[in-house]
Amino acid sequence: MTAAGFGSRSFEGTVAAIRASVISGQRSPLEIIDRSFARAAGVRAGADGLNAILWSDADLAHNEAAALESRLKSQDAMSLAGVPIVVKDNIATVGSPTTCGSRILANYHSPFEATAITRLRDAGAILVGKTNLDEFAMGSSTEFSAFGRTKHPVDPRLVPGGSSGGSAAAVAAGITPVALGSETGGSVRQPAAFCGIVGVKPTYGRVSRYGLVAFASSLDQIGVFGGTVDDAAAVLQAIAGRDPLDATSADAPPLDFAASLSTLDGVVIGKPREYFPEQLDPRIADLCERALERCRSLGARIRELSLPHTELAIPVYYIVAPAEASSNLARFDGVRYGLRLDAHGLRDMYEATRSGGFGPEVTRRILLGTYVLSAGYYDAYYAKAMRARRLIASDFDAAFRAGVDVLFTPTTPTTAFAAGSRSDPYEMYLSDIFTVTANLTGIPALSLPIGRIDGLPVGGQLLAPRFAEAPMLAVARLLEHSLGAEAHR
Amino acid sequence: MSVSLDEVRRIAVLAQLGITDERAERAARELSSILAHMQVLSRVDDESATVLDGGTTTGMALRPDTGPPIPLQRAPAYFAPAMRDGFFLVPRLATHEDTERSP
Repeated sequence: MTAAGFGSRSFEGTVAAIRASVISGQRSPLEIIDRSFARAAGVRAGADGLNAILWSDADLAHNEAAALESRLKSQDAMSLAGVPIVVKDNIATVGSPTTCGSRILANYHSPFEATAITRLRDAGAILVGKTNLDEFAMGSSTEFSAFGRTKHPVDPRLVPGGSSGGSAAAVAAGITPVALGSETGGSVRQPAAFCGIVGVKPTYGRVSRYGLVAFASSLDQIGVFGGTVDDAAAVLQAIAGRDPLDATSADAPPLDFAASLSTLDGVVIGKPREYFPEQLDPRIADLCERALERCRSLGARIRELSLPHTELAIPVYYIVAPAEASSNLARFDGVRYGLRLDAHGLRDMYEATRSGGFGPEVTRRILLGTYVLSAGYYDAYYAKAMRARRLIASDFDAAFRAGVDVLFTPTTPTTAFAAGSRSDPYEMYLSDIFTVTANLTGIPALSLPIGRIDGLPVGGQLLAPRFAEAPMLAVARLLEHSLGAEAHR
Repeated sequence: MSVSLDEVRRIAVLAQLGITDERAERAARELSSILAHMQVLSRVDDESATVLDGGTTTGMALRPDTGPPIPLQRAPAYFAPAMRDGFFLVPRLATHEDTERSP
């Protein structure tokens, strides 16, 4: 299987190693960036191969690397000095397109930059590419991009997950050590699990959404990918924090991963039975048990518990998210930016532009969202879903109040599936069954590799109380070290 | 819950999406199938649940709807489909055209 793939391996050097070598002068940022571009060429990261990267510009990256060398002479505290990074193409950048994987924004250049991008640059990271995604982040396979599907690095017949599949594939193929994605229902954790890397969805409000093109504003959050827990944590630390340009960003205490745990003594890990249904692939269940056993051997106590409203999560999510999307995407009408398809009269221009510019999944979700918000159906669907969303949040609150520090579940019910194999929309939506609850409740969650089935990665998910990213990452780091190479075979 | 073809056409108008008859028929089938899975919600006793933004126990923080000016690095003319004298140009409303054509 691997022989037909593009290769799955880590970028040469972790974030800490790259930073140390750049700050000590042992390696230049330019040299590191060139390794990234060489790897991208080696795995054919563009449209003729992996199709993970939609845009890259070596000259621009070289200019940034040269500027960084000048900054290093006067400033040596940059936490991501010289670290190459790719960013999902629904995060606004200046100097490169921001297409959202959509025909309607195919030639769009943002007039402003996302706060997360500004913070990455301030920390010394260098943008080497924008990555492919399901159109407007709506999808679980990166098959719904207007620019073609991204392939799985291990087997091109498979999907890398989605919607941040381009970012996940780029890190898994060793093009960069880290990447940014975005989460609305699991779009970082699910592709991280499929590609065998770490993916973190922060607490809602931990990272500014300014410059993240809105899909469902009460759920959206920028997330991070890394080859290791520490790599992902370093990027999260750099981009987190209150931003006056995003009123929903939180005044939370800063992240402090340095004060991490050395053992799991006294840590209570919850195992919610609804996430281990009878029909779950027994091989995934076995890998989860192995991971929990490692946690137990590190001192943790495992407590079985119930999150009784879990079965409502997918129905609630696929009412709330399309409802918000139908409102957010109303702005793409051919008037102020993006595609315009001329027609006779204003209304015809709106309809021609939107039907010509949006792909099938986005159209489906706009129609669904408009339906559940329309007169006669609002109470039966949207209002009902918002109350059920509250019940789901209450389940998690009760678990954490009862002394559970983190929850452990599988990230996905299956390994990466074949492209084109999920033609029924609801079947595709079920890919997110274990991940959407963290978005509906606003809590942080992550996926880390816990083993493989038939050569394909399996992810384990940790979920924690709001703003408890530090202990969640600490548990993940200890589990990662305990599993070692077993997590990747 | 079955979604009719007329309902699809009505919501397509609300969503400003021009869709073909074939696409509308497919959408009616797809939406009916998806909404059938949502029926589980009708069986839930949610009388005790209070709706809060963000699904959290504390709700979202509310702040004045103000902030620093948005630092645009390019003028709207750079990305607008059509502009003149600082205004976005759009086609005429069909009703205006109809009025002009009528005697």
